[in-house]
Amino acid sequence: MSFPILMKPLPLSLKDFNFIAEANKSNAPGGAASSKSVKQPPQKKDGPPVASSVAASERGVDRPVEKERKKDLPPPRMQFDDESRVGKAKRRSLLNQPEARNRVELFRHLPPHKNGSQLPYLESKFFELHEMHPSVYKVGLQYLTGDTSGGNARCIAMLQAFQEAIRDYSTPPEKTLNRDLTSKIGGFVSFLIECRPLSMSMGNAIRFLKSRIARLPLTLSESEAKAALCSDIDRFINEKIVLADKVILRHAATKIRDGDVLLTYGSSCVVEMILLYAHEIGKQFRVVVVDSRPMLEGQKLLRRLVAKGLSCTYTQLNAISYVMHEVTRVFLGASSIFSNGTVYSRVGTAPVAMVAHAFHVPVLVCCEAYKFHERVQLDSICFNELGDPDAVSKVPGRVDVNYLDNLTDKQKENLQLLNLKYDATPSDYISVIVTDYGMIPPTSVPVIVREYRKEYLLI
Amino acid sequence: MPDTQALVNDFLNKLKKRKIEGSQATAKQTAELLRSVISQTRVPYTNQAAALIQSVKAVGEGLIAANPVELAVGNVVRRVLHIIREEDLSLTTAAMAGLNLSAVSDDEDDVGGDNQPVLSAAAIAAASRSTLRPPSLQTLLEDVPDSAAVPHTSSSGGDSEGKSKSADKSSRSRKLKHDVIEAVNELIQDINTCHEQIAEQAVENIHQNEVILTLGSSRTVLEFLCAAKEKKRSFRVFVAEGAPRYQGHLLAKELVTRGLQTTLITDSAVFAMISRVNMVIVGAHAVMANGGVIAPVGLNMVALAAQKHAVPFVVLAGSHKLCPLYPHHPEVLLNELRSPSELLDFGEFSDCLDFGSGIGAPLLHVVNPTFDYVPPKLVSLFITDTGGHNPSYIAEIYQLFVTSLRGEDMKFKSEIMKTNCVAGGNLVKS
Repeated sequence: MSFPILMKPLPLSLKDFNFIAEANKSNAPGGAASSKSVKQPPQKKDGPPVASSVAASERGVDRPVEKERKKDLPPPRMQFDDESRVGKAKRRSLLNQPEARNRVELFRHLPPHKNGSQLPYLESKFFELHEMHPSVYKVGLQYLTGDTSGGNARCIAMLQAFQEAIRDYSTPPEKTLNRDLTSKIGGFVSFLIECRPLSMSMGNAIRFLKSRIARLPLTLSESEAKAALCSDIDRFINEKIVLADKVILRHAATKIRDGDVLLTYGSSCVVEMILLYAHEIGKQFRVVVVDSRPMLEGQKLLRRLVAKGLSCTYTQLNAISYVMHEVTRVFLGASSIFSNGTVYSRVGTAPVAMVAHAFHVPVLVCCEAYKFHERVQLDSICFNELGDPDAVSKVPGRVDVNYLDNLTDKQKENLQLLNLKYDATPSDYISVIVTDYGMIPPTSVPVIVREYRKEYLLI
Repeated sequence: MPDTQALVNDFLNKLKKRKIEGSQATAKQTAELLRSVISQTRVPYTNQAAALIQSVKAVGEGLIAANPVELAVGNVVRRVLHIIREEDLSLTTAAMAGLNLSAVSDDEDDVGGDNQPVLSAAAIAAASRSTLRPPSLQTLLEDVPDSAAVPHTSSSGGDSEGKSKSADKSSRSRKLKHDVIEAVNELIQDINTCHEQIAEQAVENIHQNEVILTLGSSRTVLEFLCAAKEKKRSFRVFVAEGAPRYQGHLLAKELVTRGLQTTLITDSAVFAMISRVNMVIVGAHAVMANGGVIAPVGLNMVALAAQKHAVPFVVLAGSHKLCPLYPHHPEVLLNELRSPSELLDFGEFSDCLDFGSGIGAPLLHVVNPTFDYVPPKLVSLFITDTGGHNPSYIAEIYQLFVTSLRGEDMKFKSEIMKTNCVAGGNLVKS
């Protein structure tokens, strides 16, 4: 779908930017209690947290270290089970959120799903939302409708939109570039969160960008600063995503032998690249693509693999015990990997890894290192993303199985629909993680986070 | 006879075309069909049991071959054969006891004392019946204690035997068929009421505020949960939809109609949710002799997840689902593959699925199995209409049941190809 009207670049004047900056400050959701105070606690992720660290960097080196360590704690998320905070967030929000009917009790702490029906409302509001840069708006809409999905794709789209926003940016008078730009970025991020909760990869990229902005020497002119930032973003995308993927390909292809039967779940761009690369260099193998409802992402992967001539088998997640007998390797992608080795990935990855483990089939998770996170998580319930509940009850394309079409009110009262997007795979099911730093066991993830996180924040 | 032939052909057709599916329906129809076959069979004067067994076997072979995956058919055929042998045996011992009685009373008329012989004769008849009868599934499950062995008095007086034989024969022939048909009626009754009997045990197994997980739909599970709800237990149910048949949607609809708090989840979310679940309750398609379960596809994954999170995995199965065969490669041999159109729309990937294009082999295979095999070590409890059992106890029942069956009953030609049967032979534990 296209939005020709909305892509007209609005002439943003200095006055507008001033207004925007003010509005953004008060609009930032999350940690609602602290939004009023000027001195932000270092835990807040959106909104301007770097004000304090910018001041500190002028004084000495040890202060930032302390703040960094404190900031390393993952910020607390918006508590959706707290009525007062939900009310405040609703008043401030841009999207009109309908009351989610029959929310599952266990997941009350997570934001309800926002679906594409918000589009007309957003379009009408656009001309009031002067603060949004059109490319950021476009990316947000793509998230909302599901056109852009997948950790890498979303991260790259967001960073490129930020690049354009930075290029078009000009500092309002009496403001420093660092603080103002940071608050603008914060505003963009909060809009994107409203469209769809951030993925871990996006979160890490935003932290990188904010730290780059904070470390800009004050002696640079505005155009030089903007150019430096844009080149930093380019370098991040190139090194952390594009080149990292190439390294992962090399490593993973060494693990594929002739005659292998490789199983993959859902649609991961890295795994797809691995399979196509191995096929190109002439390895003989078969692929089993396992798919599940309601997203049915495996069909897209299947189409691309078959187009390149790989011989594939396609099945649904329930039949995993049936196909696992002949599988030799399992390749999985990840949205993020936590510090206790838990793999956070598309829902259904955990049962695949579990069944593979039960059949003694090695499981290789392929993930770029920028997606690692210092959070820890034990189950899939404390932190997750809720999808569209109606996607569970409706089966597209099959009229014979639409049993839940006409329910009475009394029936609807007792029925709840749950559509999870992610799940957490325990580390004991994973044999090895293939990253751009090499092939590491799941226990080495916190080491990478500790050793290399500082390095890339300082590049 | 022509009537039954038409009935048999009709049922065979339905089985072959999968028009009738589900263990309870097939078991019931098989039992009713065999009942009509038995009533129509003309039995000679001597060795009627053999004639009945012959006709039942002939029909049974055909039925089993029509749908080898529907194990309930074979189970019912074996039970009917067992009934025939049992009834025959009990009639024989009763006849012999009757002869003894007449012989004894002849002798003891001189002695006098009428009351005593009558009692002793009846006691002898009952005792000999229970000792001569080998342990059957009925007696094992009902745990009938063996009465003290009574010395087997050989029938005395060959001439009196000859006289009474002719008199008994005609009454015996009618009696055997009559007894067998009565027993088959009981079997049908059992099959009909298995849901109620299993559901009666619901309250003992579900506590207040429990969270239960199930996958797909099973009538036994539905009745089980509703029985607990009737007795005022309040609990929540997570129903996994069970793609690609989506029977979980049906079950969810039924449960909300009866007022249970239900949450419908996708199959991929089972592992995510199982840590918050107290118990997994599922139905089965068939239970094999080692305690393994042939269940709708996806249940092996659920059983593994339940084991990882130490959640009890409870299987509900009526006794017509208990199959005395051992599974060998059950995921391949006791499985059925359904149409790929349930996974991919017609025409979507047709160029890759085509055998005629390119190198003559399709690039794409689509796999859509119907059943899954759950090994016995993953099952915590079986609840049948006779009560709750461990998987190892199920295996034990079979050992004894199988040894009490005659070897030729166990093996049916079509099944030999499919499974590794226990070598029944003529092992009769006495």
